[in-house]
Amino acid sequence: MEMARAFETKLSALYKAGKIFGGVFIGRGHEAIAACEGVYLQKGHDVYTPFIREQAGRCAWGDSVLDSAQCYLGSARGIMRGREGNVHWGKPHEGTVATISHLGAAVSVAAGMLMARRMQGKTNFAGVICIGDGTTSVGSTHEACNLIAVEKLPAVIVVTNNQFAYSTPNSQEFACRSLMDRGVGYGMATHECDGTDFLQTLQVMGRAIAAARAGEGPQWVVANTLRMCGHGEHDDAAYIPQELKKQYADRDPLAVARRQVQEQGWLTAEDIATIQAECAEEVQQAMAQAQKEPAPNPATEDWSATSWKPTRY
Amino acid sequence: MSVTYIDAIHQAMAELLAEDEKVFLYGEDIAGKFGGAFKATKGLAEQFPGRVLNAPIAEDAIMGLAIGAALSGMKPIVEMQFADFGTLAQNQLGNNAAAHYYRTGIPVNVTLRMPCGGTPGGGPYHSQSVEALFAHYPGVHVLCPATVADAYYMLKQAVQIPDPVVFMEHKFLYRWLKADTWVDADPLPIGRARIARPGRHATVVAFSAMVPEALKAADELAANSGYSLEVVDLRSVKPLDTDTILASVARTGRLLVVSEDFPWGGVAAEVIARVASQGFHLLDAPPLRVTSKDTPIPYHPNLWKAHRPHSNHIVEAARYLISL
Repeated sequence: MEMARAFETKLSALYKAGKIFGGVFIGRGHEAIAACEGVYLQKGHDVYTPFIREQAGRCAWGDSVLDSAQCYLGSARGIMRGREGNVHWGKPHEGTVATISHLGAAVSVAAGMLMARRMQGKTNFAGVICIGDGTTSVGSTHEACNLIAVEKLPAVIVVTNNQFAYSTPNSQEFACRSLMDRGVGYGMATHECDGTDFLQTLQVMGRAIAAARAGEGPQWVVANTLRMCGHGEHDDAAYIPQELKKQYADRDPLAVARRQVQEQGWLTAEDIATIQAECAEEVQQAMAQAQKEPAPNPATEDWSATSWKPTRY
Repeated sequence: MSVTYIDAIHQAMAELLAEDEKVFLYGEDIAGKFGGAFKATKGLAEQFPGRVLNAPIAEDAIMGLAIGAALSGMKPIVEMQFADFGTLAQNQLGNNAAAHYYRTGIPVNVTLRMPCGGTPGGGPYHSQSVEALFAHYPGVHVLCPATVADAYYMLKQAVQIPDPVVFMEHKFLYRWLKADTWVDADPLPIGRARIARPGRHATVVAFSAMVPEALKAADELAANSGYSLEVVDLRSVKPLDTDTILASVARTGRLLVVSEDFPWGGVAAEVIARVASQGFHLLDAPPLRVTSKDTPIPYHPNLWKAHRPHSNHIVEAARYLISL
């Protein structure tokens, strides 16, 4: 969470300085939810489908912020080589999906990754699939969630309800009483947590992921929070009522987590300061490296969209 | 012994399942004793337990699942019940699977079987030829076999290609097209067009079910007028073997392209654009095309027969082309 916040703070500054080509999408308000997903997953064994506000989850999963920095800055040395930007990167061989912009499209892809593991005789694996309140409205999401339930795949669908899909409030996004009802409709076990409460989120995610891993079928987790930033850094989120912002003023998940881990005796204030310094250093190095790396060169680019080519005679 | 086009497809899948444990079949109604809407997978679920799987009616998720499985080392073959419904999987195929190699360097080894084309009574949504819609996306190969042997070899080759392959299998050819065997002593690789019939007076480029129509037209024209048509079977519309087409046009000086698809922006338009831009000097007359009409595909067989290119339309167009 500290790493994600440090990275995204720097990223936002670079965006405002005009150093990023496209949009910048940060996860302020989502950090506890994302981190508590990633921390229970094992890279190379499980499946993880982070999307636009899951930088903390990527860090917890074990990916370096250098990957994110290279992707945002379009480095030719990054895994996407400047061909893709911002959050659209993944390492399928390690279990993450390189998501496309079409919301919900990754849900069935993650299902396929889980299905393959089952067909290959692997055991004790699970997958976390991140969607949001807006993505629950998409047809692809419905098709995939139903399929996951039919196949009883060990998936945990985490619905982060941050109350706004870009500018659209929940009231214009869905009419069911609660997004929990959607999970019931699919026949999944359901869980709900206050995504700004780190300890509660940690416990709920732990239970849900353990249940999926243990063969109890797909789990539906609704994690509630507020998006404490714009949809992207271009967006001032003026459509979020001041009243609502005030309600969440003291619920920044990172501040809550810092307090809770000290209350639990897991870390001291000094430990946290050390972690913050380490994160700042790593972010600084990653951003510096990605900015120094060469940009992709259209003259040497392999302008080929297929790996296989017909033999020419 | 006589085998059909769909027998060849069934045989190819049976062999692929037997030869490679990474291969599995996924689609609507394909498992159990039912064996698919057209019976292409009949008996395979019993023969290969756990590897022929039924899916809910969810074309987008079916394709998405196949992508995820392919990214995890499997080689899924998806059956779309009708190519018309393939539009519901088009986002996953075009934006996700096809774009994946360029974006990430990792190709997605999925094969999408699409029963396409018109049959009497099929109507607007069980008849379409959507090859151009799919071929439009960078990163995909689109195959349109027109012979029993091609149905067999091209499906087997499709699964060996690491990229997404759309395999357009024509429903009319399923049981109408017969051959002694699917075995070909020297099968062509994917990417090569085939001279289905050599000729001198005009080149007719066709693919899928339009190849038998073009051959029939060539027979009729030869019998009634003495003109000989050279019929080029594209076999794959992407990759498109422009070299073979240009070489044929160089011999005949005239080009007629036949496609069962709608006219606007289809494969026929692409072939003509390529020949016009790369081989304009080879042409002795303007290139022509025969396509279906620019309306939805009608239900009644009387209307359908008039909507779809028929050998008579090809003969008529070829006579006009040769007269120019």
